[in-house]
Amino acid sequence: MSTMIKMVRNFAAVALVATATPALAAGGAVPHIERQQWSFAGPFGFFDRGQLQRGFKVYREVCASCHGLKQVAFRNLADEGGPSFSEDQAKQIASEYTVIDGPNEDGDMYERPAILADKFPSPFPNEQAARASNGGAYPPDFSLLAKARAAHRGFPWFVFDAFTQYQENGPDYIYTLLTSYPEENPACLGEDFSGNYNPAFLGGSVTAEECAHENLTGGPIGMANPLSDELVEYTDGTPMTVDQYAKDVSAFMMWAAEPHLEERKKIGFRVMVFLIVFAGMLYFTKKKLWRNVEH
Amino acid sequence: MAGHSNYVPQSAAAKWLESRLPVISLVRGSFVDFPTPKNLNYWWTFGGILFFMLVAQIITGIVLVMHYTPSTGAAFDSVEHIMRDVNFGWMLRYLHSNGASMFFIAVYIHIFRGLYYGSYKAPREISWILGVIIFLIMMGTAFMGYVLPWGQMSFWGATVITNLFSAIPLVGEEIRTWLWGGFSVDNPTLNRFFSLHYLLPFMIFGVVILHVWAFHTTGNNNPTGVQPKTKQDTVPFHPYYTIKDLFAIVVFMVIFAWFAFYVPNYMGHPDNYIEANPLVTPAHIVPEWYFLPFYAILRAVPDKLGGVVAMFGAIAVLFVLPWLDTSKVRSGTYRPLFKQFFWIFAGVCVALGYLGAMPAEGIYVILSRIFTVYYFAHFLVILPMLGFLEKPKPLPASISEAVLKGGSGKPAGAAAAPDTK
Repeated sequence: MSTMIKMVRNFAAVALVATATPALAAGGAVPHIERQQWSFAGPFGFFDRGQLQRGFKVYREVCASCHGLKQVAFRNLADEGGPSFSEDQAKQIASEYTVIDGPNEDGDMYERPAILADKFPSPFPNEQAARASNGGAYPPDFSLLAKARAAHRGFPWFVFDAFTQYQENGPDYIYTLLTSYPEENPACLGEDFSGNYNPAFLGGSVTAEECAHENLTGGPIGMANPLSDELVEYTDGTPMTVDQYAKDVSAFMMWAAEPHLEERKKIGFRVMVFLIVFAGMLYFTKKKLWRNVEH
Repeated sequence: MAGHSNYVPQSAAAKWLESRLPVISLVRGSFVDFPTPKNLNYWWTFGGILFFMLVAQIITGIVLVMHYTPSTGAAFDSVEHIMRDVNFGWMLRYLHSNGASMFFIAVYIHIFRGLYYGSYKAPREISWILGVIIFLIMMGTAFMGYVLPWGQMSFWGATVITNLFSAIPLVGEEIRTWLWGGFSVDNPTLNRFFSLHYLLPFMIFGVVILHVWAFHTTGNNNPTGVQPKTKQDTVPFHPYYTIKDLFAIVVFMVIFAWFAFYVPNYMGHPDNYIEANPLVTPAHIVPEWYFLPFYAILRAVPDKLGGVVAMFGAIAVLFVLPWLDTSKVRSGTYRPLFKQFFWIFAGVCVALGYLGAMPAEGIYVILSRIFTVYYFAHFLVILPMLGFLEKPKPLPASISEAVLKGGSGKPAGAAAAPDTK
């Protein structure tokens, strides 16, 4: 019994750190997060529709049992710049979810199928319920996760990031986390360790003394490896691998966090062209006005 | 100001207005006919850029307020509502949040320009002091604005900064409770911060008018630091500086747009996309980048009250700067020793900014202490002594003479912005 309590307590501690922050635990080795290729990177970035639809499928069939998507409405699934489901498809998807509405005339809350205007219902009614069902861990809501987590960029890399427009450190981190679960936990953690270790996890660190010399990155994470090959059925011929699932769901999460990304970059380009041409014209006007003034 | 205009109203309507409220000649005297040194370089365009940024922040801010809900239960979601559902809401918010950063980039360049060319020296002390007041109100406005989205960094940043006031002896705890409107950062805190965040920009606007009034009374400083002597030394503000400032503003807008449209979250912290949770403290609480040098100074002092005194002292020392610098020569161009110390000081400020973002441990603390001591030494020891030790280069007889010789008035190696990240 006491080991049971201990385990729950350990999980709670892990979960606390897990939900706290993507920032690094001081002193630990920094996980290396590889930069990935994304269609939505760069000044002309756009979302791959097929990828968003596949990512949504992965979310729905794997992640949604624990992770909410509360800021996203079903109508968004049919929005321009998103997964671009047709309105009928989005309606169909919505109708497969149940939301709580009310009170009705009798003063009772009731369940009904969701409509386009509804937001995605969360899998748990509150944080306590979520923790109770997940061994004390709190699965964070997906809506903003791609912007609320980030691969750590030290000096001098962060300086270059401003010029190379590197803003994909969120999806890079999520992808790396999902593909980094080792087959077996590091031996130094001991046989008592029944949790999950992930070398890319930024929310915790390995504190076991036996591991002091192993220089392990990452740490224990509340979530067990959620993905495996062939787990979700793709009908468009895309390989059904962990790597592909991780990529697709990361892209979907980026869209969920930044649904106007495409529009932003398109408008941004026009703004840049206008401003640069305008600045050039102003420069020559200024030159002409000042031509007779020694300055 | 109005005295610089020889405007004579022509139309009957203009005559009628001028004899009752001479607003046309006031504007003409200040921004049309105003005699401006003809040798101002591009570092002088940051005044105009700052005015543009203030107006841009006020306009985007007013529209954002129409969609924002100042309550701990709804603030975070209302910001997401702006980002997702409000027409071009994402643009307004990214322009406003990145606008704050651009505002500080511009103000730091503007301040360092003043430091290099001795714009704080007689007879422009009042203009300088008003500028420091604007800087202070700006910091307060930015800090309170960062609290409004009610993310993790909003909440914990507010907690850390308001807790500083508890270091005040005797009444500290009471002052902190009074600031919070309760016993922790909570709904009353958010509401008052929102109220003040809307009020302070208009106060900035008022002080900006005084700031401009003051240096339009003394005349602009210029890269030589030599006062204009004849009409040959100046040009009317319009069209010469209206076009030059406008060009600089549009170039600045290109950089602004780069951040707002392409890397809008670059200068923010990912934790602020997590809703505020009073029960979970982030591993590292870091303020926005523009506060980092002062945050480093705060943490460099091992004593809480001492740290707070040092942090506020770092700004307070700017108020007395006009009387600390003993050199009779204004412009750094003609001060060979000062020039070197200026760039060392700029480097120290950037280094303090970097240290402010690092965890307060080990070598970072030691370096923070060294640079903090240097920061104050620059103002309290180096500048007072330089005036006596330094042999300045001969000053040009006039702006025109300096211009004709060519090259002077442009600082050597002034190509890099002193403090941008």
